[in-house]
Amino acid sequence: MNRRNQNIVTQGVDYVVIWLYAILVAIGILCIFMVEYRPETDWLASFLDGKTSYSKQLIFAGVCAIAATFILLTDSKLFTAFANLFYLFGILLMIATFAIGKNINGSKSWIPLAGGFNLQPAELCKIFVSLALAKYLSRQEIDFSKIRSQLVAGAIALAPAVLSILQHELGLALVYTSFVIAMYREGLPAQILIVGSSFGALVVATLILEPNVLAVILTMIAAAVIFVLRKQIKKKKGLLTIIITIWLVCVGVQRFVVPYIFNNVLECYQSTRIYSMVGKEYNCEDNKRAQDKSTSNKTVRKPDDYNVRQSKIAIGSGGFFGRGFLKGTQTRGKYVPEQRTDFIFTSLGEAFGFVGCFVFLLLYLFLLYRIVMIAERQRSTFSRVYAYSVVSIFFFHIAVNVSMTIGLFPIVGIPLPLMSYGGSSLLTFTVLIFILLRLDADRQMVLR
Amino acid sequence: MPVFNQSRSRVIQFIFAGVFIAITGQLINLQLFSGQYKLAADNNAFYRKVIYPDRGIIFDRKKRGILENTISYDLVVIPSEARGTDTMTLCRLLNIDTAAYKKRMRDLIFKNTSVKPSVFEALLTPEMFAKLNENMYRFPGFSLNERSVRTYPYNVGAAVLGYMAEVDTGFLRRHKGEGYEMGDYFGSTGLENIYEKVLMGQRGIKRYIRDNKGRLQGSWENGAYDTAAVAGNNLYSSIDVELQELGEKLMQNKVGSIVAINPKTGGILCMVSAPTYNPNYLTGNQRKKHLVDMLYFDPRLPLLNRTVGTFYSPGSTFKTMVGIIGMNEGVIDDNFTVSCGGAYYGCGRPMGCHAAGTFTLKPAISKSCNSYFAATYRRILENGKYPNRDSALSSFNQYAYSFGLGRRLGVDLPSEKMGNMPTPKYYHGIFGKNWQSCNIISNSIGQGEITTTLTQLANVMAIIANKGWYYTPHLIDSIEGGDEFSMLDKFKIKHKTKEIPEYVWEEVHEGMQGTMEFGTGFYAKVPGINVCGKTGTVENAYRGEKLKDHAFFGAFAPRENPRIAIAVMCENAGYGATSAAPIASLLIEKYLKDSISGNDRKAKIEQLAKMDLIPPQMKRQMAKRDSLRQAQQMAAAKKAARDTSGVQEAPEEMETESTPTKPNPAKTPKKDSGRTAAVLPEELRKSTTVKRKTAA
Repeated sequence: MNRRNQNIVTQGVDYVVIWLYAILVAIGILCIFMVEYRPETDWLASFLDGKTSYSKQLIFAGVCAIAATFILLTDSKLFTAFANLFYLFGILLMIATFAIGKNINGSKSWIPLAGGFNLQPAELCKIFVSLALAKYLSRQEIDFSKIRSQLVAGAIALAPAVLSILQHELGLALVYTSFVIAMYREGLPAQILIVGSSFGALVVATLILEPNVLAVILTMIAAAVIFVLRKQIKKKKGLLTIIITIWLVCVGVQRFVVPYIFNNVLECYQSTRIYSMVGKEYNCEDNKRAQDKSTSNKTVRKPDDYNVRQSKIAIGSGGFFGRGFLKGTQTRGKYVPEQRTDFIFTSLGEAFGFVGCFVFLLLYLFLLYRIVMIAERQRSTFSRVYAYSVVSIFFFHIAVNVSMTIGLFPIVGIPLPLMSYGGSSLLTFTVLIFILLRLDADRQMVLR
Repeated sequence: MPVFNQSRSRVIQFIFAGVFIAITGQLINLQLFSGQYKLAADNNAFYRKVIYPDRGIIFDRKKRGILENTISYDLVVIPSEARGTDTMTLCRLLNIDTAAYKKRMRDLIFKNTSVKPSVFEALLTPEMFAKLNENMYRFPGFSLNERSVRTYPYNVGAAVLGYMAEVDTGFLRRHKGEGYEMGDYFGSTGLENIYEKVLMGQRGIKRYIRDNKGRLQGSWENGAYDTAAVAGNNLYSSIDVELQELGEKLMQNKVGSIVAINPKTGGILCMVSAPTYNPNYLTGNQRKKHLVDMLYFDPRLPLLNRTVGTFYSPGSTFKTMVGIIGMNEGVIDDNFTVSCGGAYYGCGRPMGCHAAGTFTLKPAISKSCNSYFAATYRRILENGKYPNRDSALSSFNQYAYSFGLGRRLGVDLPSEKMGNMPTPKYYHGIFGKNWQSCNIISNSIGQGEITTTLTQLANVMAIIANKGWYYTPHLIDSIEGGDEFSMLDKFKIKHKTKEIPEYVWEEVHEGMQGTMEFGTGFYAKVPGINVCGKTGTVENAYRGEKLKDHAFFGAFAPRENPRIAIAVMCENAGYGATSAAPIASLLIEKYLKDSISGNDRKAKIEQLAKMDLIPPQMKRQMAKRDSLRQAQQMAAAKKAARDTSGVQEAPEEMETESTPTKPNPAKTPKKDSGRTAAVLPEELRKSTTVKRKTAA
C-alpha cells in the first residue's frame, strides 16, 4: 500500500528540477551564513539557537519541503478547479493587508503571523495569478488573438500589481509585468513586445543623451529610413506618413513624456535611482511629489547611490576566483545594505568571484530552460500557460535582481528566487515550482 | 487547443540567453577588468594599524638607563568618520574652544586627507587620558592610541641625548620608503638623531577588518600577513651620569660647556652645555610650547649644544700645542729662554702678559707666558727649513690637523662645527701675499683667527695625555645586537699625530703639572692626584663693547696613567683660574675617586653652583624679553577689557621700535666669532616679533 502510494506520488516527477531547486536553496542558505558569520562567535551555538537568519532560513526550507510534499501528494485537478477561487482569495488577502497590515521598511504589505513571522500576500499572489491566467487562457471559448481576451488577461495579471503599488511595493508590482512573456507565448502580438522594448530603449537614450542631440539623431534616423525606402514610399504614400508619425511620437516621448514620468509619476528616490544608473544626478527639486512632500515635511533626505556602489564594490572585489568562502571583507564588514535579502548575490560574487557567479547563473539558466522544456511538453494549455508563467516570474526576478546588484538596472526591492532570505519568498517559489511539477507529472492526463 | 505559437518558445529562450549574456558581460567588466573595485573594497574593509616598537634605551657607562621609555596616549582621529562627535564635550575635556577644534580638523584634513587617521592631540596627560577614556563612546572617529614616549630618569644630558619631534611633510619627502608616516616621531637632535636607525626599531603592521561603521571585526586572516614590531636596539654610552649631573650642577647660572673624555678609548664621559634644560621638558604634550619658548624666546639659547655647535678661540690652552710643535720642529729646545717684562714687544705693538720673568718651556706653560709662545710661534713661521712662511704655516697646520683641529672630529652628534685653522690662502686674502708673522702673532696664544670647538680642545688634552694618539671622541661605545649600520667603526680607528718624540711630551706634561702646582691653575689642584692642566683666558668683545674674558681650562689626570681628559669653558667668566679650573678639578676628582672628599671641596661645589656668570648682555636681553611679555600680557588684558583692536596696535608699534639698533653678527670682529651664536640673530628676532603680533 505504502509502496503503491510512493509510486503514484513520484511517478513522472521531474527530478532534475527538484535537484536544481535543492541545490539553489542550499547555496542560498550558505550565502546567508556567509553574511551572518562572525569568526569570534561560535556559529554552531548561534545556529542551534535559531535566532540567526540562516537557521531561520533552514526552518523555512523545512516548512517549504513539507509544503512541497503536500503539493506533490495532491491531485493536479485541484489546481485547475480552484484556480479562480485562489485568485479571489489572494486579491482579498491583499486588500485585507490595508487593514491589518504591518509596516516594514516603509511598505505596508505584510500580514503579521504567529511566532514573529510575517506574510507578504503580494508574493503569494504570484501563484494565484499564474493559476488564474492559466485557467483563463485554457478556456475553450477563448481566442487570445482578440483584443478583448488580451485585455481580460492583462487585467488578471495587473490587478495585484495595482494593489502592490498602493502598498508602496514597486518591485513586486513590476514582477506582474513579466506575465507578458507567458502571454506572448500564447499569442500576444509581437508588436507589443517590440513597442515596449523600443520605448524602453528610448527612455534610456533620453537619460544618457542631451535632449537636442537625441532629437537630431532621431531625425537623422528617420531621414535615413526615408532615403532607404524611397522607392517603396513612391509606390505607397501611406508609408511616409507612418514614418513621420513614428518620428513625431519618438521626439514627443523623449521631449515630454520621459521628463513627465520622472518628475510627476515617480517618487524622487525612484528617479534618483534610475538616474544614478547612468551615472547622472537627478535634481529632486524638479520632482512634483518631492515638492509636495517638502511643503508638508521639511526633511527630504537626499538619497545617494551608496547601495549600488557598495554592491558593485563587493562583487567587483571578488575578481576571477573570489576571496574564498567566509573571507569576503565587504560581506564581513556589512558594507552592502540588505545583503541577506535583495543583495544576496553580492556575497556570492565576493566569495567565489566570476567563476562562482558564472556557474551559479548557469544553474539558473539551466533551470529556466528546463521549465521551458517542461512547458513545451505539456498537452494541456493550462499546464503550459502555468509553466510559462512560472518561468516568466523566475526570469524576471533573476534578471532584475542580478542586474541591479551589478548596476545594470535601478534598484527595486525584489528578491533572488530561492536564494534571498525570507520565508514568503521562498515559500512562493517552492509552491510555484512544485505545482508545476505536479502538473507535469500528470501531463499524460488531458487537462483543460 | 492548437499549439500554433511553438516557435515563440525559441524567441523566449533567446531572450533568456540574451539577458544572461548581458549579465555575464557586466560581471566580466566588474570582476575581471575593474581593478578599482578591489582597491575600493580594501579601502573599505582594511584598517592598517602601525604597531610602534619601543625605542632603544641609552645606558651610561655603568649600565644605568639615562634615556628610557614610558607609555603615553595620543588622541587620533579619522576626520571623515568624526561626524556626530560630541564636539562640545571633547573641547571641554581638551580645554580648547570649538573654533580651535574646527581649525585643527581643517588642518588635519588638509595635511593628511580626511580618511586617514591623524593625531589630533598628542601625548595626553594622565588626567586627560582618564577623562577621555571614559567618554570615548561619545566621539566616533576618535581613538586613543598607546604610544611609548621617551623619559630621562636623571633629568640630565639634554644637549647630548637630544629630543624627538613629529615628522613634517619635508621630513617625509626626504625619508621616503623608510616607513615614516604623518604623526610619527623621529629623533630630531643629539644621539636620538644620530642613532635614529638603531633606536627606532622596526614598525609592525597589523591588518584588521572593519565594518561599515568603522568598527574592527577582528584581524585579517588571523594575522597571517601582520608583521611584528621589533624593538629598537639599546645603546651603551660612555657617559658617566653622575659626572654629568655634577657637571650640570656646576654649570648652573653660567654660559659655557664641559667635555670630559676617557683618553684611552675616546669615550666621552660627560658633555655639558650650559645653560641647559630638563630634557623631560620636551616630551610631554607641552613639548611644542616649551620648544618654541626655548628656541625663539630664550636669549641664552639653551638648545644650542655649545660643546660641538659653537667654536671659540681656544686661548692659552693652545699654547701647549705651540710648544709641542716648536720643540718638534727644532726651533726651540728645553734650554730656549725668553725674558718677559710684562709684555711682548717683538712686533712693535706690545702684547700684554700675565707674568714677568725669564722662562723656559716648562715654566712658560705653567705661568702661561705670552711672550715665550709669541717668540716660539714666530720662530716656527720663520723656520729656515721651509722656503717661505706659507709653507711653514702649512706645516704648522698639518700638526694641527693631526691633533684633530680645523676639521670635524666626527663626534656622534649632529651639527658639529669644524672650527678654523687659518691657511696661508686665508691670510693672502686679508694681508696680501707678503704677510708677516707679526700679522698673525695673536694665534700664538690661541686668539686671533684660530678657533676650535670645546670637544676639539678636550681631544687635544687627550692627545697630550696619550702622548700622540687618540680615538675619535664619541658617546656610544656599543650597540646591543651588533653594529648593524657600521656606525661605530670610525670610533675604533686609532689616529696618530705626527711623530713626536717622548721627551717633548714629557716636557709639556711637566709644564702642565707645574700649572697646577705653582702656576695659573693653582686653585684647581686635586688633592692626591697629579693633574696636568692649562688655563686659558680669551679676550672678547660683543658689538664693539669689550666684555669680560672667556675662561678656559684644559687638563688631564692622573699624569702617570691618564684616565680623564677634560676641557671646561665659561663664557665671560673672567680669569680662567676662578671658574673653569675649579670646575674641572672637581670633575676630575669625582671621576677618579668616585666622590668628592673633604668638606671644603663639597662647599666648593655649592659655591661654584651658585656663582652667577651669565653675561650681562644676555641678562639685558632676558630682562627685555620678560618685560616684553609683561607688556604683551598687559596689552592682551587691555584688549580683552576694551575689545578694540586700536588699543592693541599702539604698544605693538613701540615694541618694534624698541628693538636694538641693528645687531649684525657678520660685522663684529673676527675675534668674537665664538659668541656670535650666543645672541639672538636678527632674522629670528624679527620673525618672533611678527609671530607675537599675530599671536596677540
